[in-house]
Amino acid sequence: MTDNNSGTHGAILQDTVPAEKDGAIVELRNAGKAYGNIRALHGVSLQVHPGQVTCVLGDNGAGKSTLIKIISGLHQHTEGEFLVDGAPVRFTTPRDALDRGIATVYQDLATVPLMPVWRNFFLGSEMTKGPWPIRRLDIEKMKKTADHELREMGIVLDNLEQPIGTLSGGQRQCVAIARAVYFGARVLILDEPTAALGVKQSGVVLKYIAAARERGLGVIFITHNPHHAYMVGDHFSVLRLGTMELSAERSQITLEELTNHMAGGAELAALKHELSQVSGVDVEELPEKEDLTAPVAASPEGTS
Amino acid sequence: MSMTQHAEPAVTSPPAPGPKETDGRTAERPLVVRLLARPEVGVFLGAVAVYVFFLISAPPVRDASSMANILYQSSTLGIVTIPVALLMIGGEFDLSAGVGVITSALTAAMISYQLTMNVWVGVIAALVVSLAIGFFNGWMVVKTGLPSFLVTLGTFLILQGVNLAVTKLVTGNVATDDISNMDGFDQAKKVFASSFDIGGVQVKITVFWWLLFAAIATWVLLRTKYGNWTFAVGGNKDSARAVGVPVAFTKISLFMLVGFGAWFVGMHQLFSFNTVQSGEGVGIELIYISGAVIGGCLLTGGYGSAIGPVFGAFMFGMVQQGIVYAGWNPDWFKAFLGVMLLGAVLINLWVQRTMTRR
Repeated sequence: MTDNNSGTHGAILQDTVPAEKDGAIVELRNAGKAYGNIRALHGVSLQVHPGQVTCVLGDNGAGKSTLIKIISGLHQHTEGEFLVDGAPVRFTTPRDALDRGIATVYQDLATVPLMPVWRNFFLGSEMTKGPWPIRRLDIEKMKKTADHELREMGIVLDNLEQPIGTLSGGQRQCVAIARAVYFGARVLILDEPTAALGVKQSGVVLKYIAAARERGLGVIFITHNPHHAYMVGDHFSVLRLGTMELSAERSQITLEELTNHMAGGAELAALKHELSQVSGVDVEELPEKEDLTAPVAASPEGTS
Repeated sequence: MSMTQHAEPAVTSPPAPGPKETDGRTAERPLVVRLLARPEVGVFLGAVAVYVFFLISAPPVRDASSMANILYQSSTLGIVTIPVALLMIGGEFDLSAGVGVITSALTAAMISYQLTMNVWVGVIAALVVSLAIGFFNGWMVVKTGLPSFLVTLGTFLILQGVNLAVTKLVTGNVATDDISNMDGFDQAKKVFASSFDIGGVQVKITVFWWLLFAAIATWVLLRTKYGNWTFAVGGNKDSARAVGVPVAFTKISLFMLVGFGAWFVGMHQLFSFNTVQSGEGVGIELIYISGAVIGGCLLTGGYGSAIGPVFGAFMFGMVQQGIVYAGWNPDWFKAFLGVMLLGAVLINLWVQRTMTRR
């Protein structure tokens, strides 16, 4: 851990393994995770291609967090396969994932509020100079680089010394995305980046998701907002109670269907008759069960 | 660094900012407020105030030799307060540091005397024991996730008991035997407990060690990767881990640094008094922690400095000796300490609120 810290950036892109024929950087095959006797996730198949946004949708407790924790190296899967560049992997620390180019921007943003913006930007991958006993942080270079990168993202800060806790949620999100992009991420995992943001700030974040895709990154966009997902997504997976309820390409699904799936539409449709008996519940707008024609990930082998 | 450049896709190009542009929303805070927001400024002013107070009320303090004595008193506290402060910045406590000092001194004394070895053997063995205690504390905290308060409270009680019991078992007494005739004693005394003559005033070597350690700690904290990690693991452990900071390594090594500090002061006590009382050291750990807090370290971690605790320890040394020089009842020392601690905590609270205010 202490030997190769200074060279993290730049090193990541070089160890890119030649892409497989289908080109998926990250692939889950029938993967699952059990915490003791609780099965938080099972039978999940997912592919992340470069230059594509894979949206993972699901309600609270659907297993979204567990899914990203497996991919980002915080937890290990207990069933199925997890492949990076076609080779099975099992990450033990987030550092392993980072070294393979998988960067995660967490819901809580993985920032240290009392530390200055520039220290947060380089935290864990600090630039250093000088020989060992007096190896020290290259503060000038880090500040300059952080400032440059943030400006590229359209974030202009007066003072990079200000604690990151003083920034707004959207600004912190963009700092975190800029950081991941700068450190050569090939796959960017965004855990509900728009959940706590206002409309305008969400728009800014979505813009950077699109920007990351344009640059050839594979993006995993975790959200429970189908509108946000549909604006940028290429592939949609809906999780429910720890399993895949839906896995569809953009061409196979409309926003309406996606919204229905997200809102528990399949369940509600099944309950339509019962609900119609209850006064005060308007079932007119609910879809019929047959209308939900999108391919449902019935078999664990997946649809893609 | 080609990857750092944007591909500039048309849909996503951000509003092109000029190089000097500001977001125009952060008004400059007054210089005084910005200065006071530094972790060590509050304690510096406090130390000056205490110094001036005793200059006026205790005339002997104006003497250079009194000052040397005050600095010596401060240094024996300060050498442990510095690593305790670093550990606090890293988000943890060590309640076992005070008795750890005695454990270290006892180990060195007994190994040298009872096994009739060169004292350096005892000194090295004591270092190993102190680092091992630090490692154990850190390892327990990291592996179990228990609060370090509980873990080190356990070690504190264990060491307190072991100190007394083992010393009685080995020496048949509550104190160790006088080691001043052992091989290497004079040499070790030079390193840990000698004095320098500066302008006719005898200054203890611990004062220099103290200032040297403070300088190294400050440099490490602000200018190295390890310092960055220390702030990060104290500020937000989970975030630090998520971005690749070796949290376990950082925390365990911080505990071991406290072990090192305890070892150093233990060696100083051994080589200045030739013998060690096994029941001492209880309660000193709270003085170290108070020194760190008064020195501007946030009790919850993630904020502080290494130079603040130097002033914190100086304030303690000043008050402790100042009361004596002023001819007051030394019982007042603890009361002073409490007042200073509360004052420091209030300042810290204010700083934290000012810093994170939107």
